[in-house]
Amino acid sequence: MTMMNRFLSLILLLCWALQAGAAPLTIEITEGAEGALPIAVVPFAWAGPGTAPGGADVGGAIAEIVRNDLQRSGRFSALPVKDMLARPQSDADVEFRDWKVLGMDNLVVGQVRPNGQGGYLVSFQLFDVFKGEQLTGYNGPTTSRDLRSTAHYIADIIYEKLTGQPGAFDTRIAYVVSSNKADGSQEVSLKVADADGFNPQTIVTSSEPLMSPAWAPDGRRLAYVSFEQKKASIYIQEVFTGRRQKVASFKGINGAPAWSPDGRKLALTLSRDGNPEIYVLNINTNALTRLTNHYAIDTEPAWSPDGRFIIFTSDRGGRPQIYRVPAFGGKVNRVTFEGDYNARASYAPDGASVALVTRQGGDFRVAVLNLANSALQVLSEGRLDESPSFAPNGSMIIYATKINGKGELAAVSVDGRIRQRLALQEGDVREPVWSPYTKTNRRNP
Amino acid sequence: MKLRALKFAPLLALALLLAGCAGTTDTRQAQDGAPITEGGQDGAADGAQTSGAQEGGTWSGSPLENPDSLLYTKTIYFDYDVDEVRADYRDVVAAHGDYLAANPAVTVTIEGHADERGSREYNIALGERRANGVKRLLMAQGAAESQIITISYGEERPAAMGSGETSWELNRRGEFVY
Repeated sequence: MTMMNRFLSLILLLCWALQAGAAPLTIEITEGAEGALPIAVVPFAWAGPGTAPGGADVGGAIAEIVRNDLQRSGRFSALPVKDMLARPQSDADVEFRDWKVLGMDNLVVGQVRPNGQGGYLVSFQLFDVFKGEQLTGYNGPTTSRDLRSTAHYIADIIYEKLTGQPGAFDTRIAYVVSSNKADGSQEVSLKVADADGFNPQTIVTSSEPLMSPAWAPDGRRLAYVSFEQKKASIYIQEVFTGRRQKVASFKGINGAPAWSPDGRKLALTLSRDGNPEIYVLNINTNALTRLTNHYAIDTEPAWSPDGRFIIFTSDRGGRPQIYRVPAFGGKVNRVTFEGDYNARASYAPDGASVALVTRQGGDFRVAVLNLANSALQVLSEGRLDESPSFAPNGSMIIYATKINGKGELAAVSVDGRIRQRLALQEGDVREPVWSPYTKTNRRNP
Repeated sequence: MKLRALKFAPLLALALLLAGCAGTTDTRQAQDGAPITEGGQDGAADGAQTSGAQEGGTWSGSPLENPDSLLYTKTIYFDYDVDEVRADYRDVVAAHGDYLAANPAVTVTIEGHADERGSREYNIALGERRANGVKRLLMAQGAAESQIITISYGEERPAAMGSGETSWELNRRGEFVY
């Protein structure tokens, strides 16, 4: 990182701190922001009679969430509010000249008004500043409870319109937190939050370890490992009802659940036959198929997006490396050759690359391996980074890191340019997994 | 006895650390806690009983609680990314194997643990290898397979917090839980 970039990153952090108050998100531009699209998101205006309930700046809050989302994707550079020369409310007030002067390519303006049912009606318009024309717009109802989600959805629309790629802001993450209770005992929780770390909700709590959460492709169920019965078992839990079932509780290890793309099967690690092997469990029939047969450790399976292959970690070559096996059984091929420790791989949504943990010297880092040319790009800088998980649009990777000895979550754009910390709350936070797209977070504009 | 208590001070400190930091279950805390009071924390009310027992010159409790016995050691440590029992713990494991062989009604759970480096599920597998290695040595001494339960916690239940070799070497361990 050059001095200039260091300086820019400091300025950006300062602006953020001033503007966002106690937001639990810090954004660090790690490699400069060249190529990021300049965009201005004007605080949405309150267009209702009187003021918003409690005098809250609802429109300002929505615009801030949109700015944060776009900024942290690494694809945009959002203009701080204090640098805006005007605050237009709709196309009628927009003077494109004001925004050209500031070097903005795009401009977003919006309004919030009460919808008469205790909720709000939110509208926005996205403009191309140079052409002076509207690119898209949105007009939809929301509630105070869904305001953040609505803002993420608006960010998704803007992101898709301007990059051609679907946005992944209106999605969720799941992660594990351990904390010490007042009596000194440990409490482990599995939580679900918005993709930016807000709105955390606990879905399981235990005094024994919880591990390896995995989203079903429908985004409505999580598989995970629980030691609550003083042994490892795999459960599948419905995220929104809390209903769950135990699907694997064999002798020994029951670990590393991974969903097939069709949501009908789980790949998992069982040591019931003596040492850890990869199996595939049909969730409906309970039929169990063994995929690997080796005296080494085989674990951490992950399905390719087309469902044809399973990659996994194995030390059959002496050191942990990534291997690949056809999902219905067959010849095992080694995938990683660089370095002496590669583990916990998972496919990008397009199947062209995998994220994994690699050891560099004594440090464990998150990296992306291009499967076509075997190029390995290291994306993180920590000493103990682990558990990388792709956003459903493949644009970012969320992972676990240690900061001052405490587990925290971080995210990085896949080009490595933008890195951010999600400083969530007290406790040791780990094993983040990014949800797939779900129908529930695709409202109609 | 004073000298002996001093000699075991580092172990007691470790036991305290384990009890305090590991966030373990109530039953395990009770077991870890027992030697702490017996070790004669000066001024502790329970300490008086311990010195009374020592005057007789014999240990009247379970050999598992006797600081003079190899069985008193219930945690053994491993080298980094190695599952083989270290040479300096072979005698301890053998003593536990002999004890199990002589007491067929006794069962033990061997917990395998790893330090935080590397991926979590791989560390679960590594912890299981460690536990299984201990189990094989116990059986070589004549313990029956039915007496031994193994479980791997990987890096999920560290004995010591912190990210450095001093913590890591305390976390790469096998524990005998009777």
